[in-house]
Amino acid sequence: MKKYDVQSCQILSKKQLTEDIYDVVVRTELARIAQPGQFAQIYVEGKTLRRPISICEIGEDTLRFVFQVRGDGTDRLSHSQVGESWNILAPLGHGFSLGDLSRKVCFVGGGIGVPPLLEAARRFGSQATVITGFRNKDAVILQEDFQKAGCRLILTTDDGSAGEHGLVTQFLPEDCQAIFACGPTPMLKALAAQAEKKGIPCQISLEERMACGVGACLGCACKLKTQENPAGWKYGHVCKDGPVFDSREVDFE
Amino acid sequence: MADLRVNLAGVELSNPLIAASGTFGFGREYGELYPLSVLGGISCKGITLKERPGNPPPRVAETPGGMLNAVGLQNPGVDHFLENDLPWLRQQGTAVIANIAGNTPEDYCAMAEKLSDSSVDMVEMNISCPNVKQGGVQFGTSCQGVESITAQVRKYCKKPLMVKLSPNVADIGEIAAAAEAAGADAISLINTLTGMRIDIRTRRPIIRNNTGGLSGPAVFPVAVRMVWQAAQRVKIPVVGLGGISTWQDAVEMLLAGADALQIGTVLFTDPYAPIKILEGLEAFLEKEGLHSVTELTGQVRPW
Repeated sequence: MKKYDVQSCQILSKKQLTEDIYDVVVRTELARIAQPGQFAQIYVEGKTLRRPISICEIGEDTLRFVFQVRGDGTDRLSHSQVGESWNILAPLGHGFSLGDLSRKVCFVGGGIGVPPLLEAARRFGSQATVITGFRNKDAVILQEDFQKAGCRLILTTDDGSAGEHGLVTQFLPEDCQAIFACGPTPMLKALAAQAEKKGIPCQISLEERMACGVGACLGCACKLKTQENPAGWKYGHVCKDGPVFDSREVDFE
Repeated sequence: MADLRVNLAGVELSNPLIAASGTFGFGREYGELYPLSVLGGISCKGITLKERPGNPPPRVAETPGGMLNAVGLQNPGVDHFLENDLPWLRQQGTAVIANIAGNTPEDYCAMAEKLSDSSVDMVEMNISCPNVKQGGVQFGTSCQGVESITAQVRKYCKKPLMVKLSPNVADIGEIAAAAEAAGADAISLINTLTGMRIDIRTRRPIIRNNTGGLSGPAVFPVAVRMVWQAAQRVKIPVVGLGGISTWQDAVEMLLAGADALQIGTVLFTDPYAPIKILEGLEAFLEKEGLHSVTELTGQVRPW
């Protein structure tokens, strides 16, 4: 099988999770080659660019996407109906490197950064503590899914309307041996600093405006630290080098 | 079976479809999907004498019927290309066109000289990149500039030399004629049109470079018009590009006067677009009873 490919994938189910977040499961053979943390480029009729959406869950022949309506393109995707098909280019990018599944690890997600963590967290099951943060109780998603996988859950909201009142970064357990995270840049930056202090590895999933999705156009640049040149940094690309990076590689500036 | 082969300034292409520079990298990514031999050629990502880091992100933004980009010629440099990319590309069974960009005429000449000793089939000189401060388009927007740089590079370039023209000019016919007079073996047009988008909430341009190059279906009619105007002014082959997305677009561009075509932005919409365009083009030739794709070139019947 190819490393990635374009397929027409039938929509098996669609749910609205919050005011602007949708949950779509499609049937596709591409699931067989997908890895946790990878993403898909989904075609939208009449749009020049595909929409990059993270893979939330990988079944035997299904992929699950939990995405937020950000603009016209994602709005159109949210209006797709069961039985219709999505034209999907996937699986793309470099996902999470899971390593030893018996380690005690921590998944940290903020808002729409939570869905890309689910598949990787499921593989760690009860070894995973999943700390998720949302604006308020109405924005909370995927708690039952992590629970079903046996993960320990810590829920936080910015206004305290559900779970703990505070930031995800306050709740990192002492015994955590590795961090996997996705969310707003300040959150990722804070986690990277905490991981460095604790001397544990931290993998973070980034996003950037993207065009080709495969590493050909160099559109989705992100600043990475490097020893390769005297400047000490270079532009990598979220679609091919990422979306998941070792936090020590990323130059937050 | 209609003959899709075209001869581009002495370079035999298996068909008129060339991947446009900057949209196809050095071929490896789309080579995961289909053999690159389906393409007549690949115009590689623009290379410079030394490695370039490119512009800060965001570098791309969608627009109605297209997109803006300001990648800023991020590339590993000509030596890296010759050592790491060209040997692999050479094995793919398609023509290899090296696209070069520079800060100074000396840069272009030095690259042309290096590439002359390599196995590339052709050199495409990019004097039309709108996204870098120095070089690029500064050579491409006046007849004098185009003539001067083309003549200089011509002296060092032993490969067929194609000059990629900017649409951000007053009279494309004059520019095309200037390139031919200075010794270009072919011209390709159009590069992107300079554009801009602004986020109305933050009041910031969406692209970090503020402006970017517009490509995609939105620019197609402009490209057809410019190819038509340029083709009437030159005898050298014309490679038409700018928003070609369907086989019908390909036919239209050929009729306007293109000898060969480049496709770019449509790859982001549909990576398999080249295959679909070629199938459609071939079926059209059959239906029209034409033996060769070259019979379409310049056959528009203007009022």
